[in-house]
Amino acid sequence: MSSTPPPLLIGCGAGFSGDRWDAAVPVVRTLLARGGPAVLMFETLAERTLALAQLQRRQNPAAGFEPTLERFIRPVLADCVRHGIPIVGNFGAANPRGAAACLQALAAELGLGALRVGVVEGDDVLAQMNPDQLAQVRGPRSDAPVSANAYLGAQGIAACLRAGAQVVVTGRVADPALALGPLLAHFGWADDDWDRLAAGTIAGHLLECGAQVCGGYFADPGLKDVPDLAHVGFPVLEVQADGRFVVGKAEATGGCVDERTVKEQLLYEIHDPAAYLTPDVVADLSEVTLQTLGPDRVLVSGVRGHARPDTLKTTACFEGGWLAEGEISYAGPNAVARARLAAQVVRSRLAELAPGLQPVRCDLIGVASLFADDAGTWAADQYGLEPAGLMQDVRLRVAARASQRSEAELLTREVLALYTCGPAGGGGVRSAITPRLASESWFVPRAWIKETWSLL
Amino acid sequence: MTQSAPIATTPAPHAMTPDTATVPLARLAHGRTGDKGNTSSISVIAYEAQHWPLLVEQVTEARVAELFASRRPTRVTRYLLPRLQAMNFVLHDILEGGVNDALNLDAHGKSLSGLLLTLPVLTPTVAHSVSLPAPQGGRRPAWGGPAPA
Repeated sequence: MSSTPPPLLIGCGAGFSGDRWDAAVPVVRTLLARGGPAVLMFETLAERTLALAQLQRRQNPAAGFEPTLERFIRPVLADCVRHGIPIVGNFGAANPRGAAACLQALAAELGLGALRVGVVEGDDVLAQMNPDQLAQVRGPRSDAPVSANAYLGAQGIAACLRAGAQVVVTGRVADPALALGPLLAHFGWADDDWDRLAAGTIAGHLLECGAQVCGGYFADPGLKDVPDLAHVGFPVLEVQADGRFVVGKAEATGGCVDERTVKEQLLYEIHDPAAYLTPDVVADLSEVTLQTLGPDRVLVSGVRGHARPDTLKTTACFEGGWLAEGEISYAGPNAVARARLAAQVVRSRLAELAPGLQPVRCDLIGVASLFADDAGTWAADQYGLEPAGLMQDVRLRVAARASQRSEAELLTREVLALYTCGPAGGGGVRSAITPRLASESWFVPRAWIKETWSLL
Repeated sequence: MTQSAPIATTPAPHAMTPDTATVPLARLAHGRTGDKGNTSSISVIAYEAQHWPLLVEQVTEARVAELFASRRPTRVTRYLLPRLQAMNFVLHDILEGGVNDALNLDAHGKSLSGLLLTLPVLTPTVAHSVSLPAPQGGRRPAWGGPAPA
């Protein structure tokens, strides 16, 4: 047996909670076909998802983990268990033990016997800080947070895997830790081997959004064509002991991996590329180079690392009132003028009925919406009346924040009333009232947070 | 290098000669938007290494700040990655509170790379004819930029 461990294959089965339930199937098939040590990761926990999960758990103590966990795992659990491919996911959200119980029940149902599930906890900082500490780290808001969870690093995941976990469930961890944890367990990289920790972190960063490194969120017809986007494959990375890795994707799938897709995902949601802060390491992309090894194979090397930060980033969420939205369409000659008149009608009515609903945002979908600001400045500057006057199929969208649901209903009622009280020919009213969460970022000293892991 | 608000107006390179053409940045580069809180990060990646110096010269903090002026960025920072022929723009406080607070349909600002890629860029027509991908079907580019010379 050689002293250097063989490369580790890491596949990704989901890049967010809303991702495709069947995406992991070709990934696992590829891991099995390629042979050798392999891991499957799932990233399903967005910035706000954890606060929503916390609210669900308050209503039902058995809930609060990824609501569709079973749909993600059922298609691949038997293959992974039988072939020794650990699954690592942050699908525990606000209730990792609840997720573990769900997975153990699924394994029993599938005849897989007792499933060894590792659970990483300690991200919930509200349970760990005293009032003085809380006062030191919190931001300008004074109300009670719904949730406050620190981004934990990769050590807990690695410990669970070393102890023989077949599945590792976490709550909030840094997304790249879902890959770095297995790499630490596999290669035994030292806790201060900054270059390798950074390389593993960047491997995780490329994996964590699923198809986004394989042609998803990328295709632009005529400029960036992607083959068979409907069946876009999810990524499979081959990481070597020295930290260099090859980005590839599941076999017999659509999509593509090339230097363009890797560059886009490399920089995605990164601010200073020389200082990407994570709980495990500060990664530096300044010297990264890419090399195409073949179709859908890109070698990434040159990632550097620096000592990890002293504090853990923590996202605190607060109840944030309601978002009220209403839409109606106008078509045919003079459609834009009628949509603008409808916007004026709603604005006037709401100013009288609900003066607290400010600002009231109006978009003309098809003329100007996404690029516009709440005040509509961009739309006025860009289009004026001339080109917009030619549009014959536009949709008015009215939106406002409300502190009370009853206030939000006033907006949706006024848009609905445009049917009979508004301009000619309005059709297709739809409306939505959505509860919102506000958030703050806190930076909590590591010593105040105790990360724990256990095998269930 | 950091551009602070209020944003100064910088003239776009409109001067055209027979040897140059103004094209939208989308013809020379691609990009992707990410968000963290109220801050947007947008990458700009050259399709061809030969266009990298031109992008460094023309896709500046000042011009990007001007393009996004209606979003009132408090700070616009550009980071260069010459080995990847890529740059990363970080635009602070442009998401009207971000995904938890914005009234915009696209509360993440995911579409904003589409705005950055409308930036007019002055190119030598030789480079333009040799290496730029042609718009499909002879139509005007879908992003509404100037028709090819």
